Amino acid sequence: MTGFLVLFRRELALAWGRGGGPLLALAFFACTATLLPLAVGSQPARLAAVATGSAWLALAFFACTATLLPLAVGSQPARLAAVATGSAWLALALASLLSLERLFAQDYEDGALDLLALGPAPLEAVAFAKCLAQWLAAGAPLAFAAPLAAIALGASTALAPLIFVAALAGGLGFSFTGGIGAALSLGGRRGGVLIAVIVLPLFAPPVIFGAGAVEAMAGGLDWRTGLMLLCAYSLAAVALGPFAMAAACRNALS
Amino acid sequence: MISSLHIEDLAVDRGDRRLFAGFGLDLRAGEAVALVGRNGAGKTSLLRAVAGFVRPAAGRVRFAGAAGDLDPDEARSGGVHLLGHHDGLKTTRTAWEELLFQVRWTGGSRAGAEAARERLDLGPLCDLEVRKLSAGQRRRLALARLVASPRALWLLDEPLAPLDAARRAAFGALMAEHLAGGGLILAAVHDPLPIAAREAEIGA
Repeated sequence: MTGFLVLFRRELALAWGRGGGPLLALAFFACTATLLPLAVGSQPARLAAVATGSAWLALAFFACTATLLPLAVGSQPARLAAVATGSAWLALALASLLSLERLFAQDYEDGALDLLALGPAPLEAVAFAKCLAQWLAAGAPLAFAAPLAAIALGASTALAPLIFVAALAGGLGFSFTGGIGAALSLGGRRGGVLIAVIVLPLFAPPVIFGAGAVEAMAGGLDWRTGLMLLCAYSLAAVALGPFAMAAACRNALS
Repeated sequence: MISSLHIEDLAVDRGDRRLFAGFGLDLRAGEAVALVGRNGAGKTSLLRAVAGFVRPAAGRVRFAGAAGDLDPDEARSGGVHLLGHHDGLKTTRTAWEELLFQVRWTGGSRAGAEAARERLDLGPLCDLEVRKLSAGQRRRLALARLVASPRALWLLDEPLAPLDAARRAAFGALMAEHLAGGGLILAAVHDPLPIAAREAEIGA
């Protein structure tokens, strides 16, 4: 019994984290809850999941969220079609989070980051290569899945090319802004949740631009502005992200 | 090519605590220095300061080549091997994949990696995933990159700890070869190195 109590006190202290433990979970909830209306309009729904994994896991997660969402919103076709593109984008943003923890944390823990820092290329280039590979391995498969999910939820097939292009461009931004969160969370406990909290607010612009462009096309409006803003965001992330990641890695190494 | 390392009046802090201050050391081509000191004296931090990861609170680290001082960043990215407590090996990849990556990343060639594989007797392990290797086998795999990609300054943190007596002697021969070729070795150790080395005590 005393053993149990000792363990319980320890677990409580660990979970409470000197008062900071619950903050992470609350912040994560706030982020998902505010991102959702941005993408879907103002449809209520519930979603939350963070794990770690590879491209396949990200794809599986994307499929799960994309099919879970209709169950939460209700299954009337008209209602589903209205949220189809938005929910595809939301699932995309969440799925892009999944393999971020792997990006720097593994190298940091097994000492490979030391080796990478003493290589021929500067850490900025290392960060760039990692994010680019992340985009190709996880972002590109997700971009292929995005139109499928949107059509399955009832979006028009004519939208598929735009959804694919927007998801591809958005995935580039997700991977480079996500990398900043992954690098900043090095050395911290529960890196995965911390990454989500840092990164989800940064994911708001691409979700707005991407879902907005597709919605505009569906409504017969000009969709180029949204797509161009999305591309501008992603290119800015590609240009600036590596510097932030390299600085965060240097800080973690010291 | 680094021909000498000069550590001048170096002080390193960890948080609010000063680990050591006023540490000085000159290391020239062909020399090995065994860095000794009690646990927590700052041996690892000193090695990481030389590698450029830890910013010193005072003093400086200079690398000199045949034609005078070198740019520290260039000297580190082209002339320094750091082997820390962790071997930097990904557990899910095969030993050969990891060796080849590490060798190529640090400027070596495939031929160099193959030669190092024979030299450190890693042939039978190459197809295995790193997670299936013992601590000593992993260390030998990590040491192979030192042999395979030519860099002048070796910074070693307890390099021999997981190795058995025969492997220690074999690695001693590799270190002697490196020194004979104009290399420099700075190694943090508790056990004596298997080669003749000057001793420098930290935090005495």
